[in-house]
Amino acid sequence: MGKITNEELLKKISEKFGGQITVVGEPYGLLTIETGREQIIDILAFLKNDAVLQFIYLTDLTAIHYPGLEKSIGVIYHLHSLVNNVRVRIKVFMPEGDFHIPTATVVWEGANWMERETYDFFGVIFDGHPDLRRILNVDDMTVFPMRKEFPLEDPNRVDKKDYFFGR
Amino acid sequence: MQNHPVYTDNDPQTAPSTLNLGPTHPATHGVFQNVLQLDGERIISGVSTIGYIHRAFEKIAEHRPFYQITPLTDRLNYCSSPINNMGWHMTVEKLLGIETPKRVDYLRVIVMELARISDHIVCNGVLGVDTGAFTGFLYMMEHREAIYEIYEEVCGSRLTTNIGRIGGFERNFNTIAFTKLRAFLKNFPVTLREFEALFNRNRIFVDRTKGVAAVTAEDALNYSWSGPLLRAAGVDYDVRAMNPYSSYEDFEFEVPVGENGDVYARFLVRNEEMWQSLRIIEQALTKLEKEPPHIFHADVPEFYLPPKEEVYNNMEALIYHFKIVMGELDTPTSEVYHSVEGANGELGFYLVNDGGRSPYRLHFRRPSFINYQMYAPMSRGMLLSDAIINMSSLNVIAGELDA
Repeated sequence: MGKITNEELLKKISEKFGGQITVVGEPYGLLTIETGREQIIDILAFLKNDAVLQFIYLTDLTAIHYPGLEKSIGVIYHLHSLVNNVRVRIKVFMPEGDFHIPTATVVWEGANWMERETYDFFGVIFDGHPDLRRILNVDDMTVFPMRKEFPLEDPNRVDKKDYFFGR
Repeated sequence: MQNHPVYTDNDPQTAPSTLNLGPTHPATHGVFQNVLQLDGERIISGVSTIGYIHRAFEKIAEHRPFYQITPLTDRLNYCSSPINNMGWHMTVEKLLGIETPKRVDYLRVIVMELARISDHIVCNGVLGVDTGAFTGFLYMMEHREAIYEIYEEVCGSRLTTNIGRIGGFERNFNTIAFTKLRAFLKNFPVTLREFEALFNRNRIFVDRTKGVAAVTAEDALNYSWSGPLLRAAGVDYDVRAMNPYSSYEDFEFEVPVGENGDVYARFLVRNEEMWQSLRIIEQALTKLEKEPPHIFHADVPEFYLPPKEEVYNNMEALIYHFKIVMGELDTPTSEVYHSVEGANGELGFYLVNDGGRSPYRLHFRRPSFINYQMYAPMSRGMLLSDAIINMSSLNVIAGELDA
């Protein structure tokens, strides 16, 4: 394990952002916290620039969709402190119809394509992103395919209908 | 970065020209498109377009039971599929809390290090080809064939291996596999030494690569680079050393680190990693002698797909077979992030499970995707021929880039 424990890490964050974060848990030893989009950039910048924590490495940025929940789409950040060898996961959920979150490209250049991918698949708008376009899908696509309501296969295709197989 | 800059200067003598490098350019080794603005041979600006072979793996994975996701991981970085397969299996094992026996870990280490060597063979060989030296590539390719033959003995396939099961391997390593492995360990160092002799102090090669596309450690970290690229820039981050999985903590190996992050440093780092991989495989073979030779999977019948013969003759095996194939496993509702040191960087799996047949959400942290985003910005001001060898040395695999 790393030089700082999850408790110390949580204490450091709580000191600074006391009422603004909630702890989700520590699944498989990875501290997971949830926060709002208003302070997310402040938290990311604090974690990166703090002299002790030094979460200088943005491992991953992605999103998840829970249809039916009031706050249905969440952006998930995985940060890694290479000095202390400890990771942290931060989640920010956004209400239906208002999927806006400030961009993390102001903290890490590397967030650029990860945010474009998240926009492409979930329709999360990263405010202030320098070049928010689709990245893996075609530019004129109108849907956000990783949302749960989007079917895996085209529902209009007929070649898999049961009557072709005598059922 | 602009999408398509418009130039009003129409004088063909001075106006910048637009070059569509790719998507099927012979010099780019894969489906990469870069729209470059050129001033003579110098690149003014570039825009990368990716996604030509996007296959929606993350969406498909939300509809597949765990075992059917392994073939999807094959097709990420297809130059070193076993690492992807093992990484996925280890993610599931972490979720389910399965402890694998030491012998399984060591066998996995052997296969993963072979995969790393085969990946670096291709990358460094092709880097030689792009600078005009075909010989090294041909010498090295012979040994990739040897590695693929070992895969064949272990799992039956060569490129997209689909190797292993949750908890271990589908079958034990046979004697032919070990014979071929020992032959490889004997023959490959000779070629690798020859390869290094051909390149490391070759005037032409050094002139073409040294100082080209140099990246500072700050930039590399800022862009979330990982793998040999990050290490060539001087950061000693290796998942195997920092967060050991599959008993890597039992092995002695060094993490080679470069100095200035240029193409030459990346080449040297990859070569040295091949030597370290050989060292790890040698140690694994020694360690295997002390392990019981019949163990090749963990004793977890509810997750380990039983052999076909038992399915036909044994009631329990039949039940487990049915439940595993239909995805009727009892899995915890949780989320897990697991990463392995892939051949070109940190390959991560972020798995959110809700106890259903298939993952609720599965995200691949693909090193090629994240490493490649610096390509267009860093090409600015570079010569076109330098940008080509820069792309080879990034070792971006289109399958992993586009998922």
